[in-house]
Amino acid sequence: MRYLIPLAVFAVMVIFLGIGLTLNPREVPSPFIGKPAPAFALPQVADAGKTLGTDDLKGQVSLVNVWASWCTSCREEHPVLLQLARQNIVPIYGLNYKDERDNALAWLQRFGDPYTASAFDPEGKTGIDWGVYGVPETFVVDRDGIIRHKQTGPITPEILENKLLPLIRQLQSKSS
Amino acid sequence: MMHRLLPFLLILPFTVQAIEIREFDDPAKQQRYENLIEELRCLVCQNQSLADSDADLARDLRDEVYTIIQSGKSEQEAVKFLTDRYGDFVLYRPPFKMTTAFLWIGPFLLLAGGGAFLWRQVKRRNTGEDLELTDEEKKRLERLRNNLEG
Repeated sequence: MRYLIPLAVFAVMVIFLGIGLTLNPREVPSPFIGKPAPAFALPQVADAGKTLGTDDLKGQVSLVNVWASWCTSCREEHPVLLQLARQNIVPIYGLNYKDERDNALAWLQRFGDPYTASAFDPEGKTGIDWGVYGVPETFVVDRDGIIRHKQTGPITPEILENKLLPLIRQLQSKSS
Repeated sequence: MMHRLLPFLLILPFTVQAIEIREFDDPAKQQRYENLIEELRCLVCQNQSLADSDADLARDLRDEVYTIIQSGKSEQEAVKFLTDRYGDFVLYRPPFKMTTAFLWIGPFLLLAGGGAFLWRQVKRRNTGEDLELTDEEKKRLERLRNNLEG
């Protein structure tokens, strides 16, 4: 009986520390989950005369993928994006972050272009508005333009299968 | 040992990062800006303040903070700009709210708990109730004394 209280305190500590072990301390939780995607309208990478922005995201579930030609992890996730694009499940919009147009275009030419369109953000201002702190990052945006999920770091096939696709399907099945 | 260290010592002066020149039209604003970037955390190298970090993003965010302060807005507005986008993570001092309440008062709760425990121990030790011998014990003591003296 007299050991019960220390035991309980110890158990609580173990539970908290256990939870702590499962968290990634470098992951910055996005304050945008459940909030409208920050408004933007940028020229497209492929055609500076056309814009891509928040208005284009409305009315459909979509992915917004932050990428750059100088980013090595982006090459890692690129095949996953290409495969997803081929399946025609969800449009993928790119946000080309702090890149040069020629480099970005050459990169898409060389590795393939999974994007419905890519917005050109050479200053990274829109990136900051979206709370981007590294590349790649991917946002799941619902029909009403609300951000539902953020994936920090490259999308692996596992993350796509277990996390992103179920969420996308769930959002698509919701009638708005 | 020394001859091996020497090349590293020689490049030391060149590793000091370039100081950014920022023009303020008012020294008070400059003070405000400098205090702020010391208080804000860089998202990339997460153990550095915005002031210390050499990361690209840190420079961009310093630009943003500079623009906000230089335009005459308050520190709160600059902080809000960052927390709106990156959450409380950018603050070295987390704000006091429901989710962080335990973080702030937890140590004091632990201290109070420990203090209460100690106080109970001390109090228990000072009550003389356990010091009275029972009749049984008195008899035993008597016998032992007799044995010793006998």
